[in-house]
Amino acid sequence: MDGEARPVAGWGRTSPTFARIRTVRDADDVAEALAWAGPRGALPRGLGRSYGDVAQNAGGLVLDTTGLAGIQELDLERGTVRVGAGTSLDRLLRELVPLGWLVPVLPGTRNVTVGGAIANDVHGKNHHRDGGFCDHVVDLTLVTTDGERRTVTPAGDPELFAATAGGLGLTGVVTAATLHLLPIRTGFVRVDTDRANDLDDLMARMEEGDHRYRYSVAWIDCLARGRHLGRGVLTRADHAVTHELDRRHAGGDPLAFAPRTVGAVPPTPRLVGRTTVAAFNEAWFRRAPREARDRIRPLASFFFPLDGVAGWNRLYGRRGLVQYQFAVPFGRERTIASAIDRLSSRGCPSFLAVLKRFGPGRGLLSFPIPGWTLALDMPAAYPGLRRVLDELDLLVAQAGGRVYLAKDSRLRPELLRDMYPELDRWREVRGRVDPARVLRSDLERRLALGTDERREASV
Amino acid sequence: MKDGLGSVQSALILGGGSDIGLATARALVADRTRAVVLAGRKPERLAAAADGLRALGASRVELLEFDAGEFERHEQVVDDAFALTGDLDLAVLSFGVLGDQRVAERDAAAAMEILRTNHLGAVSVLIALAERMRSQGHGTIAVLSSVAGERGRKSNFVYGSSKAGLDVFCQGLGDRLHGTGVQVLVVRPGFVRTKMTRGLRPPPLSTTPDAVAEALVQGVRTGADMVWVPRPLRWVMSGLRHLPRPVFRRLEI
Repeated sequence: MDGEARPVAGWGRTSPTFARIRTVRDADDVAEALAWAGPRGALPRGLGRSYGDVAQNAGGLVLDTTGLAGIQELDLERGTVRVGAGTSLDRLLRELVPLGWLVPVLPGTRNVTVGGAIANDVHGKNHHRDGGFCDHVVDLTLVTTDGERRTVTPAGDPELFAATAGGLGLTGVVTAATLHLLPIRTGFVRVDTDRANDLDDLMARMEEGDHRYRYSVAWIDCLARGRHLGRGVLTRADHAVTHELDRRHAGGDPLAFAPRTVGAVPPTPRLVGRTTVAAFNEAWFRRAPREARDRIRPLASFFFPLDGVAGWNRLYGRRGLVQYQFAVPFGRERTIASAIDRLSSRGCPSFLAVLKRFGPGRGLLSFPIPGWTLALDMPAAYPGLRRVLDELDLLVAQAGGRVYLAKDSRLRPELLRDMYPELDRWREVRGRVDPARVLRSDLERRLALGTDERREASV
Repeated sequence: MKDGLGSVQSALILGGGSDIGLATARALVADRTRAVVLAGRKPERLAAAADGLRALGASRVELLEFDAGEFERHEQVVDDAFALTGDLDLAVLSFGVLGDQRVAERDAAAAMEILRTNHLGAVSVLIALAERMRSQGHGTIAVLSSVAGERGRKSNFVYGSSKAGLDVFCQGLGDRLHGTGVQVLVVRPGFVRTKMTRGLRPPPLSTTPDAVAEALVQGVRTGADMVWVPRPLRWVMSGLRHLPRPVFRRLEI
């Protein structure tokens, strides 16, 4: 019954805990594992790319869902695919792109499972226009802790669907899902690049022009201060059609998808520090063209630049990295500037800072809200990082925003309800499908996600 | 849970009335800890300390009775602490007695009393803690050892041997628990100006409970196995340990 016991960590490698791992191969397997989970409960886990502790379950059972992999049915008429929840987006893209289809929402890495993408309702560079991953889920198969297999659709059981979309794996184990696909003509995108001299300039360009592109993302130089605060490089793109490919790209198969990993980072002392961050940011800004139009790039290098280097999280050394992503509503743009300014003035500049515009989120705990989102990553070893991030949490909460739980490893539980006003509705649904609270995670324990802290404290 | 920046949310302080124990509790609450269990021989005497922690921002402070010498109750105390906090992220062992060296070296009962508290009592409660933390899959146990355990000195070898025994136990326990998610942190302070050492003349490199607490919290944060307070003591003690015996014997330390 017991799986192999080993340390389990998030991609940020900050706080590993110990759990029994069991690979599940089908829905029966999942139901059985849930029935015998033990006092510390169980949790599904895919490829472990979430930065924080959302896919950890200390002292309990962790269900390795990569055994649930495989394409079950491809309907090219309707443009849908039914897949096992443990299938990686990498695998899907390798199958689908040559056929002229794309997963319509792609996060910054393709090394995630479909189940993980649903549990965190992940977003891509097209959220402002196409929504998040769960907006493209036709139906999903959910094994709940009573052992029942439920087919959940947005219309059939809207509450359970909304609690499962971005539900952090705590409503049940998704074993399979049907996804809408996006038809594409080529495996390339046509990219426009613009350099902006400050944050206002950058945001104005995004507000004015984002709707003309399917994909839009901006990189910000975290070390630029004063009147250059928030200077950055805006990258926007659409899928390229066949005749747009020049001879170099059209030479082979226009629908080829064969991304390669160029190297791997071995275990190393920390290489990301203030000096390297400064050098990288300066070089990145200078390297970008002031303005470029219609550059043709392969899908993989546009969507997944970091996937080219395996184990890049090791650059952050033994203490690991903290990824801090927050969203604030339109009209609260000041928060973005304050965040960048505070981090760099307090000696905690981010290695990468990514700015995007969001549309509405799908699930009760989905991260996106109509507004702006900024993602930052910093070495956990920065002295003083805790205090700055605690201050940012407050700013974000006061602006009516929230931090992304899929990446969180250090939020104060007190702020959770302010950030996620639908929390009580989510708790109700979870109470209905998992009354004994079999599904548990380190994040859920740390943030008291499953319980009303104030009520407990008063007992 | 210990969070991504190494802060803990709940802590049990065994020896909650000691200066170092309380200073640690305050440092933890000033950081992120919201639930604290103070355990001591006379919990009623900890009420004021508990109020102080609440005023600092702790949302939950509980008191438990704990006597290092009552081995048979230790498992229950540990169970109670876990029941109060849910997950217990950190346990601090900050209890101990200095004793009177001059008396203890000639009076077996007095020597036994020191060993019973500092060494045997600690080992007894450590075993209960380690078991619970191991099944929890995460947690840190921080133990107040002492530089006195580094080398036997004629001026304090009864106390020193109690800490030496504890220190070695914790080193081994830490390695045994390596890879289980449980961390054992050995804290080796030099002379700390506390109620326990009142009346003694502070030697060079003496330190304060707050400094020990800060080093302990930092050690928990970084996942260290051992910290010295103050840090240079590590090198001083390393030097002293290698002195030839006839020289060491003559030192008035």
